[in-house]
Amino acid sequence: MRRAATRPLRALSASIAQHRPFFPITAAITHSLQPHGNLVDRLATRSLATATNALSSSRKPLFDKILIANRGEIACRVIRTAKSLGMKTVAVYSEVDADSLHVSMADEAYCIGPAPSSESYLRMDKIIDIARKSGAQAVHPGYGFLSENARFAQALADAGIVFIGPSAASIISMGSKSESKDIMTAAGVPCVPGYHGPNQADSHLLESASAIGFPVLIKAVMGGGGKGMRIAHSAQEFPDALISARREASKAFGDERVLVEKYIVRPRHVEVQVFGDAFGDVVSLWERDCSVQRRHQKIIEEAPAPGLSEELREDLGRKAVAAAKAVNYLGAGTVEFILDNDTQEFFFMEMNTRLQVEHPVTEMITGLDLVEWQLEVASGNPLPLLQSAIPLRGHAFEARIYAENPRNNFLPDAGVLLHLSAPPPLPASPSPWFTSGQPSAERDSGGASLRIEEGFRAGAHIGVYYDPLIAKLVAHGRDRADALRVLRSALEKYEVVGVSTNVEFLKTLAGNEHFVNAEVETGFIPKHFEELFPPIAPPNPQTLAQAALFVALRDHPLQNLRKGTSGSPWTSLASRRFGGDIYERVVTLHPDTAPGTDDANTPPSVNIHIREATPGRFDVSVHTSDGVVNFAGVSAELTGPTTLSATLDSQKLRTTIVAQAPSATASGQNGERLHIFHDGRKTTLVRPAPAWLTTLAGKVQGAGKGGIRAPMPSLVVDVRVKVGEKVEKGQAVVVLESMKTETVLRADGSGVVRGVGCKKGEMVEEGKELVDIQFDDADN
Amino acid sequence: MLLSCVRAVSRRHLALRPRSRTYHASVLPSIVSSASPDFQAKAEAMDNLIASLESELSDARLGGGTKAAERMKGKGKMLPRERLAALLDPHTPFLELSPLAAHEVYPERVPGAGIITGIGRIAGRECVVVVNDATVKGGSYYPLTVKKHLRAQEIAREHGLPCVYLVESGGAALPHQANVFPDKEHFGRIFYNMAQLSALSIPQIAVVHGISVAGGAYVPAMADQTIIVRNQGRIFLAGPPLVKAATGEVVDEETLGGGEMHAGVSGVVDHLAIDDAHAIELARGAVGDLGRAGRRGGEPPETAEAPLYPASELHGIVGTDVRQAFDMRDVIARIVDGSRFREFKRDYGETIVTGFANIHGFPVGIIANNGILFSPSALKATHFIQLCSQRKIPLLFLVNVTGYMVGSKAEQGGIAKDGAKMVRAVACADVPKLTVIVGGSFGAGNYGMCGRAYSPRFLWMWPNAKVSVMGSGQLSQVMTTVSKDPSQHSTLAAEIEKQSTAMYASARLWDDGIIRPVDTRDTVGLGLALAYGSMAESNTERRGGGTTWDGAGRGFGVFRM
Repeated sequence: MRRAATRPLRALSASIAQHRPFFPITAAITHSLQPHGNLVDRLATRSLATATNALSSSRKPLFDKILIANRGEIACRVIRTAKSLGMKTVAVYSEVDADSLHVSMADEAYCIGPAPSSESYLRMDKIIDIARKSGAQAVHPGYGFLSENARFAQALADAGIVFIGPSAASIISMGSKSESKDIMTAAGVPCVPGYHGPNQADSHLLESASAIGFPVLIKAVMGGGGKGMRIAHSAQEFPDALISARREASKAFGDERVLVEKYIVRPRHVEVQVFGDAFGDVVSLWERDCSVQRRHQKIIEEAPAPGLSEELREDLGRKAVAAAKAVNYLGAGTVEFILDNDTQEFFFMEMNTRLQVEHPVTEMITGLDLVEWQLEVASGNPLPLLQSAIPLRGHAFEARIYAENPRNNFLPDAGVLLHLSAPPPLPASPSPWFTSGQPSAERDSGGASLRIEEGFRAGAHIGVYYDPLIAKLVAHGRDRADALRVLRSALEKYEVVGVSTNVEFLKTLAGNEHFVNAEVETGFIPKHFEELFPPIAPPNPQTLAQAALFVALRDHPLQNLRKGTSGSPWTSLASRRFGGDIYERVVTLHPDTAPGTDDANTPPSVNIHIREATPGRFDVSVHTSDGVVNFAGVSAELTGPTTLSATLDSQKLRTTIVAQAPSATASGQNGERLHIFHDGRKTTLVRPAPAWLTTLAGKVQGAGKGGIRAPMPSLVVDVRVKVGEKVEKGQAVVVLESMKTETVLRADGSGVVRGVGCKKGEMVEEGKELVDIQFDDADN
Repeated sequence: MLLSCVRAVSRRHLALRPRSRTYHASVLPSIVSSASPDFQAKAEAMDNLIASLESELSDARLGGGTKAAERMKGKGKMLPRERLAALLDPHTPFLELSPLAAHEVYPERVPGAGIITGIGRIAGRECVVVVNDATVKGGSYYPLTVKKHLRAQEIAREHGLPCVYLVESGGAALPHQANVFPDKEHFGRIFYNMAQLSALSIPQIAVVHGISVAGGAYVPAMADQTIIVRNQGRIFLAGPPLVKAATGEVVDEETLGGGEMHAGVSGVVDHLAIDDAHAIELARGAVGDLGRAGRRGGEPPETAEAPLYPASELHGIVGTDVRQAFDMRDVIARIVDGSRFREFKRDYGETIVTGFANIHGFPVGIIANNGILFSPSALKATHFIQLCSQRKIPLLFLVNVTGYMVGSKAEQGGIAKDGAKMVRAVACADVPKLTVIVGGSFGAGNYGMCGRAYSPRFLWMWPNAKVSVMGSGQLSQVMTTVSKDPSQHSTLAAEIEKQSTAMYASARLWDDGIIRPVDTRDTVGLGLALAYGSMAESNTERRGGGTTWDGAGRGFGVFRM
């Protein structure tokens, strides 16, 4: 009996040890392998005391093989746990993902169609077919894609395959916002006042909105993830917002019904992780705060939510469990609440019937593996722990690394990950919590730990077809300050080149005084916009000097000489001049401008003069508009293709510098970019293209100022003009879509369309000229 | 293929061999007391000489001066040395030739004779570069400009190096036309050479950055591949004024010979560049596309090693007074790899030092003076030259020679005959020769020690070096004997003394440049790399078929002298 009860926990611990160990349990198990075996006894005791459900019925075996109907980091995440439990894994992938990480991690992989998700990751028939063919007994849907698709859950059930998630009925109930609110109200869970009815007439919705009182939120009935969601501050704004919400809803969910709700001015987004089993038991794994959002999407999450009283926490948990029980919830789910920061009232928002992106923060504070729990529960086993045994220890943060441009309204970016370097994961040290033998909700946690959830390797392409999430950094600490410190340090060491990312923004955010003080709310970013987007400081002389040295050393003949050979003196006598002549290399650089900056604001170029005093030793002088900064006798060499080792001002530095060639379409306007990771900051510098190249490019492209270019790699959704057509200033010309977000490009002035360089359905690169407009002279 | 593998393996063996043990006997002991007053006095004198040399060089590098430079930049042009820097691969060496050409030769200043020449790396291969300096008299050709240009071409021919000409010149300097135009080694020879070089499969590339008129027009026209800068480069046989005078046609320069016209209509040029930088990029691309034409510098067969003794001590060892003797082995010890010198016939004919060493990894046979040449010295040198010639090892002459011994004893010993053997050997040696004059090079010693007339691949002088028919001391004595007018003696002596200086020689292209003693090793190393590159093919053995000796023009092998 004792042994049987121990098993699930042992397995769980092993799974944690398998992937990035982030929890003291790992260390405990490692120790248990050593002679002092009383630890194992203690484990067993604990399991006996807590996992009573496991004792009450004979345990069912887990699956032998599961299919993961997802991609990116979540697919990798699920595969890791499955593997650690000895399960075989089946990956599916679209044509563009053939070389991706999740495919290489899985035991088997099957291509399910072309890149667009509607032709691959959303193809239920193909996925079910492959599950059958491969002999997978269950399908893990991850998040997004088919994770909350009731038809999929049903189809799997019909095919005799287990859907690792709730029943189709639960999904249907919770997927519809109006229905879910009715159920919640009946179960005594407070809901935000609003209209959730079937009458979708514009006038009726407007009336309802007026009755609720502005501001109101218009949301897609089938919505989630911020899509099909608009705020109307007044009756005047309402019709436009409604149209927009409907269009996005119909696009994203194939259903344009919306609901209208009160919009809370200083809300926090607090959600509770719940877990239900087939025996009707539901537990809460505590709450998360995901208030800080951009474009209605989460960016940084933490657990537990800061500043909640114990009563409030318990109340939230109770209400969340009640909500889950009301729909006979099975598996991992999240009950989202909106917490009014001013009144501490909370309202049910929605329930997400899936494992969420931010589930690792819950894992960090509970020490549990939620994917393993999902697999346990889906296998028909009871919940491994009772509510009273679920720990809450320390504090955890998750920062999502997105391919996007925060300074350009967080617009998504796409491209190849030229360079990707993450800090090493930091395993947790053994904690007094575990050895105390009496786990509890006390916050006596272990030391700091760091976990990195990655879905891509360097060289991978972040495409426009899917969510631009690159990775997640999950930090844990004894308390919020500890965890935040770990997160900040991890962010400083996280290096991405190839796509714009939010890493720099996350650093600023994680260091922001208000954030440090836990003054979180959903309006955090707009409220502290000025502080979060300070003017970009000009690059410091050290950074410039290192960038220039990188450029110089890269084509330095000695750098390419095989070690141990001297080579011809024409190689080895680098930069040699005679009779007092000195070779000087001048490297010109200027800071990269944010997209959308016009040419007039291009920062001034800086010349860096490098003289090679003796081989390997350089005198560097940085000529900025503020004066000249000299570094004498700098010893510098490239110790790797992207690593510069240099001693500047007596400081020994090892700096990552990654060169990015200009894109083929934009090589005249823009030179090579150098990304320098120095001093915890990423600086991007541009080596301006020579004047002749710009002239040549201009000749080839013939681009006038009426040219409208793609601001990012994207899909052309609609071309609204034809050659010869007259356009007015501000008229929509082309509609682009990138990462499921629409962007409308408008004419800068009125004129006549001279040329159209794209067609509907086409993929376009950043900087590609889409439409050329001949402006009317009167306007210019 | 197999053979090359074997060779590579054996070479690695060589490299792995503990060198110090193999050659420990050959390390030159060279302990000089740098604290001695004699050393310090010599060092100070040399330091001063070098300081003035550097100041002259630095002036020469400014070309026509800041005003002219500003004017050129004002037109959106790159300066000649900026063009040169952009043309060469970044962080590679540049071996400039005769930077002090025309120094104090003409009444007006003509720094560097208005032309920059040298050898540098472009697109990974060594090339001869000739850059007109339009800041100096509009880049027009003085007699010495022609000579410097021709010398660069000669070096290109001897080493098989592709030539890149950055052209901006008004052609011959008219007041000097008599010394520029008509003779064999004058202006026309430039184009003759271009044709010959091209025929020898040595590529000729020209970039027209500015005006390229009359004779100058033939540089781009004779080149294998030509680039011109739009709205800047102009090629015509006669400019608008001359055209108007000749035919009455009124035409502007751009129409007459602009880039657009030549690239699109006449076909005189092959590439049209937007600006100087673009043109140079195109030229670099052209060199990258030279394929197997021309030669490249050689790779050293062994790993280079720094000398054991500091080169800076050369100042105090040699000094500036050519009458003060020094042991040339102390110089060799500061030039060759690991200060190792495998001396040949050390104990015979001791006034000449011969032996094998490596410089920057390249084997070299060194012939250096340690006094007056006697018959045994001459015979020893002859023997050694034959060895090097047979083994295909280039020769380096380190010159400090007052001449061959005179006097009845010497004459009776056949010094003229033995000296002639040495001169003959030098003249006919079948290997590249390099000469560095570290002290004096007087009289027939100049011939035996591979003076300019014996076509060393390169000839460099130290700033203290002297070249003349005889040393000034002897000269005065000779003068008193042959002439009665003492006032004339001193003027002539002073005149000859002045004409014997390195500066005087270098200004007239009697050398390829004055080098600082500390630069000797690197300069010679670069030259040796070029020499080895040019020997690459002739290195293959010519083996006879039969066993019956019939000579077949192969000479007599090595005579024991």
